[in-house]
Amino acid sequence: MQQEPTRRQRWERRQRRRSIAVAALSSTTALVAVVLAVPRLPGYRKVRAAFFDGEIFVDTFGPLARAFLYDLQIFAWCAPAILMSGMAIALARTARSPALFPLRVAATVYTDGVRGVPVVLWIYLIGFGVPGLLQSRTWSNPVLWGSTALIVAYSAYVAEVFRAGIESVHESQRAAARSLGLSNTQTLRHVVLPQAVRRVIPPLMNDLVSLQKDVALVSFLGPVEALRRAQSFKSSLANFTPYVGAALLFLCVSVPLTRLTDHLLQRERRRMSATAIR
Amino acid sequence: MKLRLRGVRKSFGSKVVLDGIDLDVGEGAVVCLIGSSGSGKSTLLRCINLLEPLDDGVIELDGLDIAEPGLPPDPIRRRIGMVFQSFNLFPHLSVLDNVALAPRKVLGVPTAVARVEALELLARFGLADKAGDFPDRCSGGQQQRVAIARALAMQPELLLLDEITSALDPELVGEVLDVVRDLRQSGMTMILATHEMAFAREISDRVCFLDAGRILESGPPQQLFGAPQHDRTKAFLLRVIDAGRLER
Ligand SMILES: Nc1ncnc2c1ncn2[C@@H]1O[C@H](COP(=O)(O)OP(=O)(O)OP(=O)(O)O)[C@@H](O)[C@H]1O
Ligand SMILES: [Mg+2]
Repeated sequence: MQQEPTRRQRWERRQRRRSIAVAALSSTTALVAVVLAVPRLPGYRKVRAAFFDGEIFVDTFGPLARAFLYDLQIFAWCAPAILMSGMAIALARTARSPALFPLRVAATVYTDGVRGVPVVLWIYLIGFGVPGLLQSRTWSNPVLWGSTALIVAYSAYVAEVFRAGIESVHESQRAAARSLGLSNTQTLRHVVLPQAVRRVIPPLMNDLVSLQKDVALVSFLGPVEALRRAQSFKSSLANFTPYVGAALLFLCVSVPLTRLTDHLLQRERRRMSATAIR
Repeated sequence: MKLRLRGVRKSFGSKVVLDGIDLDVGEGAVVCLIGSSGSGKSTLLRCINLLEPLDDGVIELDGLDIAEPGLPPDPIRRRIGMVFQSFNLFPHLSVLDNVALAPRKVLGVPTAVARVEALELLARFGLADKAGDFPDRCSGGQQQRVAIARALAMQPELLLLDEITSALDPELVGEVLDVVRDLRQSGMTMILATHEMAFAREISDRVCFLDAGRILESGPPQQLFGAPQHDRTKAFLLRVIDAGRLER
């Protein structure tokens, strides 16, 4: 049975049509402006030949994509390690027991110290320094130490994100949990952390997106991942198009990651303010 | 259950908040704490529940001095329930899981059993249809009833209620007070801090008037409200009457 739309529904439909029309018009205008204006710039031809050579793009994209799998692998083992050690450092920093005072100090020094140095320097320091110290063939793998450097650096950032989350949970939540007889650890585990982690998902995902890009820094130590591959293509072909290919590959991961964050957040918001069906 | 306080003292920095409190609460008794804002009612309740450490004094629960520094607080806290002015429900858990959490984690009750028992408690307070909702979908009155159910799920011997209706719209106060009446009927031992004077008069066996960290005067409600002894008690009650919280 077709129901007559309500006055509100008719108004909303009109509004929706209007916004779609406005959005379409403004997007087309912007696009046309770019398409017409950019080719008129003086260096357009040169840049197009240097960065957007279709043939080179097609030839190099396959090898680049294979090299990019290396980036993904490094990301795939660094991310969980960073989340775990970041959480451990955050817990150490927020520990209240006096017995854990040295741990608290160490965690504070760590986060402050590590964040004070650019990530790329950590890659150099650990990636060249540690194998240099060890002087051992078996332990000289650059990917191992590159990954370690990423974990060392990013743990500090992620720890601060977690700490902010933990401290944002109001004291009265702890009081309520403790008054029910939950121990300090149980309170942390079942009351504080679930709320803290939910609150910091957006900044956490931001850090993961930057990590996904900073994986390319490991190439400074030698491993041939996407960025390094693109570099060698650039040298041999005297063309920048491979860089564009590499950029596209990174975008293929970071854009969905960002969208996923938004989606998770939205779902969480709906879940918290809607009747749960279980 | 028998609670006995002697010489309880508590300061925050140089500010003395509890200045030698003596109080006895017997099994099934309902004691109301009244007094102006800042007189130390909340602090006293938090001390009894060991949420604040005492500076000095004795709190005996069935002869055991629970204020003994160094005594593990968790086994004692689970014997004493507390309900807060601002509900303090856990926002990430459904109403049902709010109630079932402590029995599951503290007493080790299997989840399925804990949920059934939680649902029974909720049903008792007319909240069965709210079980699957998250707290922020409940009205203030419903949230506070859930908070009471959550405290009761641990089967406490003593329930501390800290101005549990102060954050509620006037029309929601009644449903929460009904729950307290119901608890009194069932013989629950309770200490209430409250600004609801009419309710204190109706429900309590004894009323204590707190003033600057001391129990200045205490007695059965007819006596304390009908024939207060101290000038400060009289002045407080007159202010309360002026504010429309108590009939003459
Ligand atoms: N954590 C704290 N740190 C410092 N001062 C505090 C703290 N908690 C309470 N106080 C102070 O202790 C005094 C008593 O507070 P309390 O909350 O016990 O009063 P109350 O009788 O419950 O008042 P109200 O009726 O407003 O709830 C107040 O002056 C308050 O400022
Ligand atoms: Mg108070």
